[in-house]
Amino acid sequence: MKITLKVWRQANKGSAGSMQTYQLDDVSEDMSFLEMLDMLNEQLTSKNEEPVAFDNDCREGICGMCGVVINGSAHGRYESPVATTTCQLHMRNFSDGDVIEVEPWRAAAFPVIKDLVVDRSALDRIVQAGGYISVNTGSAPEAHSVPAPKRLADRAFDNAVCVGCGACVAACPNGSGMLFTSAKIAHLANLPQGQPERMLRVKAMIAAHDANGFGGCQNIGECAAVCPKQIPLESISALNRDLIHSLFKGDGKTV
Amino acid sequence: MAETTRSVHSQALHSTVVKKVLMALTGLVLIAFLLMHMFGNLKIFIGQEAYNHYAEWLKMDLLYPFLPKGWFIWIFRAVIAACLVIHVYCAAKLWAVSLHGRGSRYVKKKTRDQSLASKIMRWGGLTLLLLLIFHILMFTTGTITPGFTYALHDPYHMFLGAFSVWWVFAVYLIFMIVVCFHVRHGFWSAFTTLGANVGPTARIVLNVLAYFFAALIFVGFILPPFAVLIGLVP
Repeated sequence: MKITLKVWRQANKGSAGSMQTYQLDDVSEDMSFLEMLDMLNEQLTSKNEEPVAFDNDCREGICGMCGVVINGSAHGRYESPVATTTCQLHMRNFSDGDVIEVEPWRAAAFPVIKDLVVDRSALDRIVQAGGYISVNTGSAPEAHSVPAPKRLADRAFDNAVCVGCGACVAACPNGSGMLFTSAKIAHLANLPQGQPERMLRVKAMIAAHDANGFGGCQNIGECAAVCPKQIPLESISALNRDLIHSLFKGDGKTV
Repeated sequence: MAETTRSVHSQALHSTVVKKVLMALTGLVLIAFLLMHMFGNLKIFIGQEAYNHYAEWLKMDLLYPFLPKGWFIWIFRAVIAACLVIHVYCAAKLWAVSLHGRGSRYVKKKTRDQSLASKIMRWGGLTLLLLLIFHILMFTTGTITPGFTYALHDPYHMFLGAFSVWWVFAVYLIFMIVVCFHVRHGFWSAFTTLGANVGPTARIVLNVLAYFFAALIFVGFILPPFAVLIGLVP
């Protein structure tokens, strides 16, 4: 396959970026999207040009490191029925002669570090605000000592699969991190271990979400549409229910 | 990251989610008001006496003798105006947060699930505000009177005169199309914000209801002016 790539090149956080065009011949349809970018970088390196920086790690769709906007769609899913991460997108989804535009996640909370790499530590700061449970360290408790209803455990798991790639933020016209935040909230709120800090958690995580430069949610649904782990939009409703409930509780009233 | 001395509770209280909840609650009150207003307008088909009598009852007699004559309408107006102010204030705040949150624009952006209704929510809302001012200047204060003379006790003839003018009808047609789109996304979004989107079935039910109320409000509001325009109302 012959592919024309238009890639966002930006030297560093402060500099202005632009789309650069590259020509790639002999792209195999069995290559993953990242392998195709590897091929581009090999060619650039052999020509003594700066390779394109992009984030990646496991390349199995489970770590959440990779993620670029491909032809205007986060992770390049667009109309495909299959939810995917960028690393699990293969070149057979494209045709010979295609022009493919590749851009980094764009959101105020995700400043570009270089080329296609963005700083997603704002998501970490949301988790640091309350996306955990406080337990004493020591030997692991007996697994069945705290019963969790199957239905709720399943729902918790459906939300726990969020890998924090940031596609929801990238796809949101408001740059909102509400789907990510709601996945963390819904994960812990459905488990017995999450109950003691439930009300404080939702307040603290929403406060951190807003303080880190994310936009507000408009219930549009673009986030859930591109989520590689298919976190449902319902999670945002679950977060809203918890937040409304928490406002009638005293948790977090002292500075 | 913003360093703050405010309590977590206070930060949550001032969050985007709470502004959304306020928009949802006030928005639903405004939808209920639209349905009531629409139902009242349909009385134009019964005739002059029924329509004028309804208007008179609304402005003078409603809740009398619980309230003195003519009080209800001002309390009602105050409540609707307060809802509108809260709704617009929160919308403006959230719009500003979103403009910042979005950051730089994509060179190319394709959407998958975003509806047209949700795309035009904010600019549509602004359009509604301008058209609402026009509407009040026309029928409430009588400042702009195309095709009719302002007569407080004969709204029937005000209605007939105004909508016999083609461009007045055209303005209200645009008004109602934008209302229709605003209600389509607003109804769904309000219930989702309040936590009613509990699962895939709820999502379908809320969306179907949103389409239903948007269509009902559009048809119910545009029917009387359309009938006047084509001469069906004597």
